[in-house]
Amino acid sequence: MWFPVSLNLKKPVNSKFTQQELPACKPILSPGWVITTFAFIGLIFIPVGLASLFASQRVVEIVDRYDVACVPEHLQDDKLAYIQNSTVDKTCTRKLKVPRLMRSPIFIYYELENFYQNHRRYVKSRSDKQLRSREGESDTESCSPEAKTSNGSVIVPCGLIAWSMFNDTYGFSINSKVLDVNKKDIAWNSDKYHKFGSDVYPKNFQSGPFIGGGKLNSSIPLSEQEDLIVWMRTAALPTFRKLYGKIEVDLEPNEEIMVTIHNNYNTYSFGGKKRLVLSTTSWIGGKNDFLGMAYLTFGGLSLLIAATFILIHLIRPRSLGDPSYLSWNKNPAGYSN
Amino acid sequence: MAFVRPLLDPSPRPPPVPGSLPPPSADLPRPIAEPPIGSDLSQNPFDSSSRLSNASARLRVDYNSGDRVLFPEPGSADSFRRVSGSRTAVRHGSGAESDRFGVASLREISDEDARFVYIGDPARTNERFQFTGNSIRTGKYSVFTFIPRNLFEQFHRVAYIYFLIIAILNQLPSSPSSDGYEDWRRHRADRIENNRTAYVLSDGEFRPKLWKDVRVGEIIRVRSNESLPCDMVLLSTSDPTGVAYVQTINLDGESNLKTRYAKQETLSKVPEKDPVTGVIRCEQPNRNIYGFHANMDIQGKKVSLGASNIVLRGCEIKNTAWVVGVAVYAGRETKVMLNSSGAPSKRSRLETHMNRETMLLAFILVAMCSIVSIFAGIWLRNHKDELDYSPYFRKKDFSEKEEENYNYDGIGAEVAYRFLMSIIVFQIMIPISLYISMELVRLGQAYLMIQDRNLFDETTNSRLQCRALNINEDLGQIKYVFSDKTGTLTQNKMEFQCASISGVDYQAEMDPLSADHADCSVRVGDQFWRPKMRVNVNTDLVKLLRSGHGREERKYVYDFFLALSACNTINSKLIDYQGESPDEQALVYAAAAYGFVLVERTSGHIVVDILGNRQRFDILGLHEFDSDRKRMSVIVGCPDKTVKLFVKGADNSMLGVLEESLDLDVVQATKNHLHAYSSLGLRTLVVGIRELTGGEFHEWKSSYERASTTLFGRSKALRLVASNVESHLHILGASGIEDKLQDGVPEAIESLREAGIKVWVLTGDKQETAISIGFSCKLLTTNMDQIVINSHSKEACRRSLEDAMAMSRKHLQMVHDAGRISLALIIDGTSLVHILENELEEELFKVATACDVVLCCRVSRTEDMTLAIGDGANDVSMIQMADVGIGISGQEGRQAVMASDFAMGQFRFLVPLLLVHGHWNYQRMSYMIVYNFYRNAVFVFVLFWYILYTGFSLSTAITEWSSVLYSIIYTALPTIVVGILDKDLSRKTLLKYPQLYGAGQREEGYNLNVFLLTMVDTIWQSAAIYFIPYLAYRNSTVDGSSIGNIWTLGVVILVNVHLAMDLFRWTWISHVVIWGCIVATWICVIVIDSSLSCPASALFWLCLLGILVVGMIPRFALKSFRGYFFPSDIRIGRELEKAGGYYEAVAGSIEMRPVVGAGGARS
Repeated sequence: MWFPVSLNLKKPVNSKFTQQELPACKPILSPGWVITTFAFIGLIFIPVGLASLFASQRVVEIVDRYDVACVPEHLQDDKLAYIQNSTVDKTCTRKLKVPRLMRSPIFIYYELENFYQNHRRYVKSRSDKQLRSREGESDTESCSPEAKTSNGSVIVPCGLIAWSMFNDTYGFSINSKVLDVNKKDIAWNSDKYHKFGSDVYPKNFQSGPFIGGGKLNSSIPLSEQEDLIVWMRTAALPTFRKLYGKIEVDLEPNEEIMVTIHNNYNTYSFGGKKRLVLSTTSWIGGKNDFLGMAYLTFGGLSLLIAATFILIHLIRPRSLGDPSYLSWNKNPAGYSN
Repeated sequence: MAFVRPLLDPSPRPPPVPGSLPPPSADLPRPIAEPPIGSDLSQNPFDSSSRLSNASARLRVDYNSGDRVLFPEPGSADSFRRVSGSRTAVRHGSGAESDRFGVASLREISDEDARFVYIGDPARTNERFQFTGNSIRTGKYSVFTFIPRNLFEQFHRVAYIYFLIIAILNQLPSSPSSDGYEDWRRHRADRIENNRTAYVLSDGEFRPKLWKDVRVGEIIRVRSNESLPCDMVLLSTSDPTGVAYVQTINLDGESNLKTRYAKQETLSKVPEKDPVTGVIRCEQPNRNIYGFHANMDIQGKKVSLGASNIVLRGCEIKNTAWVVGVAVYAGRETKVMLNSSGAPSKRSRLETHMNRETMLLAFILVAMCSIVSIFAGIWLRNHKDELDYSPYFRKKDFSEKEEENYNYDGIGAEVAYRFLMSIIVFQIMIPISLYISMELVRLGQAYLMIQDRNLFDETTNSRLQCRALNINEDLGQIKYVFSDKTGTLTQNKMEFQCASISGVDYQAEMDPLSADHADCSVRVGDQFWRPKMRVNVNTDLVKLLRSGHGREERKYVYDFFLALSACNTINSKLIDYQGESPDEQALVYAAAAYGFVLVERTSGHIVVDILGNRQRFDILGLHEFDSDRKRMSVIVGCPDKTVKLFVKGADNSMLGVLEESLDLDVVQATKNHLHAYSSLGLRTLVVGIRELTGGEFHEWKSSYERASTTLFGRSKALRLVASNVESHLHILGASGIEDKLQDGVPEAIESLREAGIKVWVLTGDKQETAISIGFSCKLLTTNMDQIVINSHSKEACRRSLEDAMAMSRKHLQMVHDAGRISLALIIDGTSLVHILENELEEELFKVATACDVVLCCRVSRTEDMTLAIGDGANDVSMIQMADVGIGISGQEGRQAVMASDFAMGQFRFLVPLLLVHGHWNYQRMSYMIVYNFYRNAVFVFVLFWYILYTGFSLSTAITEWSSVLYSIIYTALPTIVVGILDKDLSRKTLLKYPQLYGAGQREEGYNLNVFLLTMVDTIWQSAAIYFIPYLAYRNSTVDGSSIGNIWTLGVVILVNVHLAMDLFRWTWISHVVIWGCIVATWICVIVIDSSLSCPASALFWLCLLGILVVGMIPRFALKSFRGYFFPSDIRIGRELEKAGGYYEAVAGSIEMRPVVGAGGARS
């Protein structure tokens, strides 16, 4: 590459920029700075870690895996036959004990394990255009193999994600008194108002020979089908929870909750697990000790590094900016290679 | 050096025209009708540099023939073997060989090597060989060769191979399209050029013909201001003496007009009426624009043609109404086209190393793709039974009547698809954008270098020119500097300092304004003219000349100065002396100052104003300087009818031909003076005289005529004639000329040496002169051990080399004991030739590389970074072949500058250029490369970790948009700004401690260890970025895009903070760019996702903070520990800057240590 030969032989401009003399801060990692930085990190991280650990400990969480337990004894050997047989009653009752006081709101989640909602095939099998408005109804190219029915009419909502919608239902009661489950506002507002159209109604949904999951009421627009909206926001990881609803009363310790589950969703075909989760929440979210532990660990490590630095500094001090440390001064023969 | 541009300079002497010669004296033989051919091509007779240049030229030939090419010179090696029928190399663009031009044209060309051009008979000319037509093609590609050749061009960079694969995978056209456009434009320009009109003789008149149809052998007429369509031999011109002026600015950049001649035999012919018939036998097409040799058979006479008889395509005819010539080379065989390939493009050392790491990254990439695809295969096999109906995979498609597989072709095919797809996903592992950033950074660096006021030369009003843009960083890694001496270290302004005349030493006085000085003016008409150059004179000598009539020494002094004004090839134009050699100029000016003013010179006579008395001398014969004789001579017919032979030459060649028996004392005294002069660093010449008797003259004349008509071996015959007559000389005296050093050269060389750069000066001076100059410019110091090799036989050379080896070994051992004594190797041209002829190069290299200073020797090693600096055309090949070539834009034309990568005004600028800009550029570029590798790898590793959690299905953690914007918006600008502006140390510190330059020489900024360490850090950082959010959000309701945003922001913030941490200087620009990039990323992420309700959570912020701290801890800790406990020189330098004047004030003695230490190390 050739640079155009500069023939205008003017004296270069005398500015701080062209002479590379812009005023600048030139920080050096002096021991003071290093020790202060590590000590500071340690002093911030340890309290934060403790706080989040404490918050996480305060969260009360009930987890109940029911996918195996809800299959009747005699069908345990062939769960797939059980779930695919529409004549068998899928209702199942579970009893959960409240360990500690659970303050409302209590969030109800279903948790699926070994379900790759982040699989490339799956993630792509949807049509955002179709979901957003009626005009995009025929935009189903990305939805195969659930784009059209066998007679060629468009499926709304199309794609594997919608087709595989979770359809177990839960009912709760304490001492035969039914607990109300609030299923409103479980989806993100941005999704409800911007991504799912109020003029889009389900059409030809689950009409194929192979039913993947839940069905939709074709008289309610998609923007109000919150279960679908929640389901369509695909999870990042193969084990995930999704919000089912909220219980808006406090639950007392040692109360026994009776859960009536309609065990419709087929996870048996791929070895998936289903759990029901009841959980309170805190400023840090759900129950997760990791962040607190991580902050404590690295806060401690920082303090340790700071201490080590101080120690070595005391044992082998070096005065900064001493020219005798220059390599050619330390080792006279060495500099000429 | 001046003497190497003989051909293209205006040669003021017109060719001999019989009528214009002075009427011969009655008792003298007629002057020779034709002076030696090519005598207009004045060689500097006395610049002994040619000695060395010749040796070095031979050296290069040896290397080529021995298949040991020191600097591979692409493309030129074979052309140059083809050109040189004999072992004398023709180096294009340079060449100091004595028998190159005029004499070379007399060389026989064997039939198989020659091309025959039948004048005016293109059909016959092209009968035997189909010579190339005159159409040209500068476009690199044709329709058929575009794709393969373009690919070949692109594949110079390993990354482009990879890029090609990516392009195929993406089915996207890539950079060839722009290349294709460029080429199309070139084709269009060629078409215009090819369709220009020339006037070609056919059927007795000149008719228009398109350039592309012009054929070799045709006779063409070109008018004033027209361009020449091809290379042609002049037949006649509008000037009756056959002179034509051409402008060669397109060829060599020189704007002055050059003179060309038509041969006498043809210039009177009018081609329209009197068709010229004849055959030209000329050499095969070659790149040498300064040389041409051919013979022309015309009307039974054999006429030799030289470079002064040919006009080249690309030049324009000026000041000449028309010229007629015969085409000898056409189209792509013309010299301009053969040269148009340009200088070999250079690639910086860093970039070469970068290719190695690119390969490594490619290997990592393939490994990652393999892991993903193999695990995908295993996963598919393990889940084989479930996939048909599993909701997230759904292998079966029910939309058709038949149940069939949807988008699934079996595990094998799936693995293959995954592999290819993963290459696309991970492609930014190889940072293609780095190449673009590097170009931008180099552009910025070049701008700052050009703008540096310390590199601005006030005297010539010129600033640094960056002609090559891709080797900025090489300036920081130089280990060897090869410097030309004359004109580069010295000013190339020769000054006559002292003379020894018949054994008496006359030193010029220092005061140039002595009263006598004004007396050397010459009356021309009514005007008094005075020589332009002032010369210091010796008053005694002036007195002697003016008033010492009758004294015996006056005769010698008289002859001495007459010899100085007569025996040269200088031409005088209003007493402004123009000549090839500054030495000769100095001598003629000196003679003028003493009252011997050369007023006029033609080929037949000279007019000298001797002490106010104008006299005319006939030049009866002239023997050019050549490198074998190392002297020149003229035979002068004096007004008193005597014939005198004046000879001047290098002392060792002259002392052999003196008649020592005649004046033993004088010779001895002169020898002593010579030794004294050269010890002072002066360039010395010896002048001798012999009066020829009539018989001797006739004998010489007949042998000269015989020799000059010899067909074969003419140059040798002429040389023999010259040697015969140049014998039994009386010594007249010797002169000492000073070539002053440029400003700041000693300090510059000292700085470079302290910086650990080995400086080799190439000079052709006498050994004593070279050594004394070496001392004066601090190249040599008294506490160095010198190894001097000046043996004149093979055996002696071998022995002295062995001694030298032993000595250098001894020194190497001493390194371990005590401080090391520096070694200097001084070797003279003869020994060099002996050594190279006897295959002792290996030994020589061993010795030479062990030495700190090598004087007078032109060898190099390829594995170390070399820099060549020179100012003349003879330095061109050295400049082109060194890793970095620097041209001094001085008085000497522009060839060196044209061939150079950087051009500047003064040698001393080398110090700021290397120690300051080179150091900065190297630090910046090396950091930038490592950083770019890291930056892209971090991103790819984050993607990789996520893929492990998606059933190896290549879902991406970060949206496709962010992937695209990552290296364009999110992280691009900071690295470019840092690459242009960051400075590890200030200019002052770098100049104060030249040893800091060692960082680049030792490749501290970028090497395999740095790369590997960075890669380990990369893996840690990517793990922090991925796993902190992963573990924090495990078993939660988090969705793909929310956690994806955390990963995106995490990568970008970490990568930018990483850069911020490594930044040396925080200017407002760095702040704007780094924080600006993070803000811009944030905005982009919000826009892309269009819903950010989740990020507001505390978990989100804690994750980001955790990523930042956990990611940076290892690097920060390592950096702190290393900087404090194992500080690099650069770190200490920075602390020194920070401490400011503290150490200078308090610990002055310590502060002195670098200098003392360096000296101590050497003494």
